[in-house]
Amino acid sequence: MNILEVKNIHKSFGRTKVLEGVNFSMKEGEVLSILGSSGSGKTTLLRCINFLERADEGVITVNGEVVFDAKDASLTQKQIRKSQLNFGLVFQSFNLFPQYNVLENVTLAPKLLAKEREDYKTNKSAILAEIDRNAKDILSRVGLSEKLTNYPCELSGGQQQRVSIARALALKPKILFFDEPTSALDPELTGEILRVIKQLAKENITMVIVTHEINFAKNVSDRILFMDSGIVAEEGTPSDVIDNPQNERTKAFLSQLQD
Amino acid sequence: MNAWQQLLEGFATNFLLFVVTIVLSLPLGLLITLCTMSKWAPFKSLSRFTNMKWLADFKPIRAISKTFVWIIRGTPLMLQLMVVLYAPGLLFNYPISSRMTAAIIAFVVNYAAYFSEIYRGGIESISVGQYEAGQVLGLTKVQVFFKIVLFQVIKRITPPMGNELITLVKDTSLARVIGVVEILQNAERFSARGIIWPLFATGLYFLVFTGILSVLLSYAEKKLDYYKG
Repeated sequence: MNILEVKNIHKSFGRTKVLEGVNFSMKEGEVLSILGSSGSGKTTLLRCINFLERADEGVITVNGEVVFDAKDASLTQKQIRKSQLNFGLVFQSFNLFPQYNVLENVTLAPKLLAKEREDYKTNKSAILAEIDRNAKDILSRVGLSEKLTNYPCELSGGQQQRVSIARALALKPKILFFDEPTSALDPELTGEILRVIKQLAKENITMVIVTHEINFAKNVSDRILFMDSGIVAEEGTPSDVIDNPQNERTKAFLSQLQD
Repeated sequence: MNAWQQLLEGFATNFLLFVVTIVLSLPLGLLITLCTMSKWAPFKSLSRFTNMKWLADFKPIRAISKTFVWIIRGTPLMLQLMVVLYAPGLLFNYPISSRMTAAIIAFVVNYAAYFSEIYRGGIESISVGQYEAGQVLGLTKVQVFFKIVLFQVIKRITPPMGNELITLVKDTSLARVIGVVEILQNAERFSARGIIWPLFATGLYFLVFTGILSVLLSYAEKKLDYYKG
């Protein structure tokens, strides 16, 4: 069964049509990169899947269960929150919480969510200790064990982005989405983020990566989607799409990047 | 009773007015902020039937509270004091019980209006990314506000709020226009008898009090300065 199925997603802002029927699906453990020029709808697609925008049309399923259906107007805030936890999202601009240190940034959401557990009152200290241990473990995986008590303003951009990856991982999402994770970074800092993502790919974490780093996408992805004017123009393995593009727009896009 | 003591007694009134105004206007200001940021548009569904875009976009709670803030900020506090003192008796035949009560009402409403605009500025300065990050981590809207946004707002509004608090200390002496006996009135009685120094002593009381307040405020700012941004 496909872990994620996105069917016929449409989205307009006023009269501007941004997504005009996007379809794709993913298997567990797969790494999918989404390429495309600015304005092709990549980020909007990610935002629709992550409930930051409401798609005008379309259906999204996770492991066969419908988590979003544009026709279903009865979707409550509570259901959305629950479905949201299937996904993790790493933002282009990190969006760390500046008043919390690195460890607190990672544990804030798990600790708040733990309060909804039935055994929270009886098991409180054990649950919180487990959350802390898990967070420290994840932070060491992204190479930040030394920075637990630092505040975001004391970190480099690359370190901040690694914290935000850890923060998303701490909730154990089924699928982790990256929205241009290196676009806000100086070129010399992109390497450390790409290394972390590669390592996550090795750990079989299902990921969707919107990126402009063609070589990285080719390297890390199992499959590539090329988006153009709100639809998936081309889809296939990295060697199909990048080395042997069939679509005219894909060819134009790739040749522009090579100039 | 010597002059210093008489002045101090007057200043006790100023101090009481200051404290009560803060305690009541800080939360009232937040309520006004929520109203001025209200997005409730009851005629929104009409936009399909009419060309009257303004009616579809009309947000009554926002409009009323914004008008209210405009009136309060746009008229003299001295006038508001008089209106609160006289209007209930003259218009509704229900005279207000004490001059101090009238002063408290006028000050609380006046300062709440100013505070509400400072709060609004603080809340609107927080980037939308903070809300979105909270949302994708599964937090409720209430959790996002109290666990993520509120503290950042407090840090940002501390300097302008400090300004308002210091202005309030000095504004309390305006209560004398509706006959509340406070320090300035006491001091003036001395000068009417040809003694000038109590006026300067009054200045000293205000300086000491605003001085203490400034020290407390800069301490709070330093405490909040453990992070940037």
